Amino acid sequence: MPKFQISPKLQISRRRFLTSASLGLSGIMLSGCDAFDSHLGVGDGLRGFLEGANDLTYRAQRLLAGRDALAPEFTEADIRQPQRPNGITAPDDDVYKGLLANDFADWRLEVSGLVEKPLSLSREQLQNMPSRTQITRHDCVEGWSCIAKWTGTPLSLVLDQAVVKPQARYVMFHCLDTIDRSLSGDIKYYGTIDLIDARHPQTILAYGLNGKPLPVENGAPLRVRVERQLGYKMPKYLTKIELVDGFANVGGGRGGYWEDNGYDWYGGI
Amino acid sequence: MESVARSQPTAEADTAPSKDATLIYRQSRWTRLTHWLWAISLFFMLLSGLQIFNARPQLYIGKESGFDYNNTVFAIGAENTATGPRGYTEILGKRFDTTGVLGWSGPAGQETSRAFPSWATIPSYYDLGTARVVHFFFAWILSTTLIVWLIASLINGHLRRDLAPRIDDIKRLPRDIIDHAKLKFHHTREYNTLQKMAYGGVLFVLLPLMIITGLAMSPSMNSVLPFLNDLLGGRQTARTIHFIVMALLVAFFIIHMLMILAAGPINELRSIITGWYRTDPPADDGKPSERGA
Repeated sequence: MPKFQISPKLQISRRRFLTSASLGLSGIMLSGCDAFDSHLGVGDGLRGFLEGANDLTYRAQRLLAGRDALAPEFTEADIRQPQRPNGITAPDDDVYKGLLANDFADWRLEVSGLVEKPLSLSREQLQNMPSRTQITRHDCVEGWSCIAKWTGTPLSLVLDQAVVKPQARYVMFHCLDTIDRSLSGDIKYYGTIDLIDARHPQTILAYGLNGKPLPVENGAPLRVRVERQLGYKMPKYLTKIELVDGFANVGGGRGGYWEDNGYDWYGGI
Repeated sequence: MESVARSQPTAEADTAPSKDATLIYRQSRWTRLTHWLWAISLFFMLLSGLQIFNARPQLYIGKESGFDYNNTVFAIGAENTATGPRGYTEILGKRFDTTGVLGWSGPAGQETSRAFPSWATIPSYYDLGTARVVHFFFAWILSTTLIVWLIASLINGHLRRDLAPRIDDIKRLPRDIIDHAKLKFHHTREYNTLQKMAYGGVLFVLLPLMIITGLAMSPSMNSVLPFLNDLLGGRQTARTIHFIVMALLVAFFIIHMLMILAAGPINELRSIITGWYRTDPPADDGKPSERGA
């Protein structure tokens, strides 16, 4: 092994470097943390570099959790309060209000895109399929959690019925609620999950909450539960499920409404 | 390799500022490199973490957050009073007015309701999604650095030689506490007992606990390690522990800075940048000082 010695010259230059670096860092702290603001917007170079870690995080979670590892389930005793609603809790859309006025008798879930047999399912048809009930903890990206009992149709059964084409990679959820407005019109909530999560045993199209029909504030008539991810990955007020092979035609191209606003596509942490 | 250089006095002549001081090679390149990677990572993780906290500035005990019942142990918020909006911080039900810093802050006339102030968060404006990107990027750097450091320190002997507690450490703990209280510092090759406790505490307790409680908050990791939250007392308790450990790390940082200033910032900084550290000259009676190299 070669001896490790620092030449005085190197030492000085390194010292100078670190001194100026630490001065720079303290300057940043003094001027406030807005120093980073202009580099962290969606599409900025530094942001893109840091987002590379999201991919690593996703791969690590997939590697460890695999396809079928189950999210923890709880007991009836753990249900101590109503499920806290978040995001849109009363859609102001005419179409939605019309469906609600008729107790969703005219509502259908369309299953389309890369499938052999497109479907149009009524709530009764979904409820007549085998169901799964699970008491799980809902974790919001904001940091809070709430435990509730969800009842619904496993998404995998619906996918099997529609016969997914081999080139399909993601399930896209189309919703009835307007989450945002843009120059080109209202933006209805949308999001995607991959087929691994779509076929996960706990991924259900929920129509029941704590033993009662799903209330409006929690996504009536139908919302998805993706128990190994955060709340923003579980769209409410579903109207259509579309099988897609990429994000090109999904909103801004990042795979979901919140994703287009800078959130990670895989909400597993 | 580096231990060879340590016993070689050759470089001393180039860098020793005075004849009676003894310059020793104290910190290996692995220790120095990982130290600065942690410093950078913790800086960004703290400021992005405070931004993440701002999205839900309450901490709870248990599996979930109580909305219909009260399991809140800590909260930062704002409220309207007769004299205008005030910021408050509530710890275990006890409320403190923290206007200007916590709960209600901003430039004069443009104050807003936000838990941690703009200058303490990345980005400075409210942006949970971006804070998460920054937080998880540096989480990888921090954890990887911890593993690299652990392996390097096992191989190069740093762990065994410098950090492992010995019987002597316990014996000299009282003396050590008195010395620190008097700001009397011994510059030796070895860490003193309080240093060992502080560094060992950060590296083997606080940082691992930070990583474990961070993973316990992940719904996907909950499916891999379902026992984690049972062990910690639930996801919301894990989040509370995560926050408390953050506060302890900030406390460590402040004490670390004060100790460096008190013990001689040039010498301390040189050792963590170049590795070379000036130890106390031998005692007058010719014997090496009590804890001298």
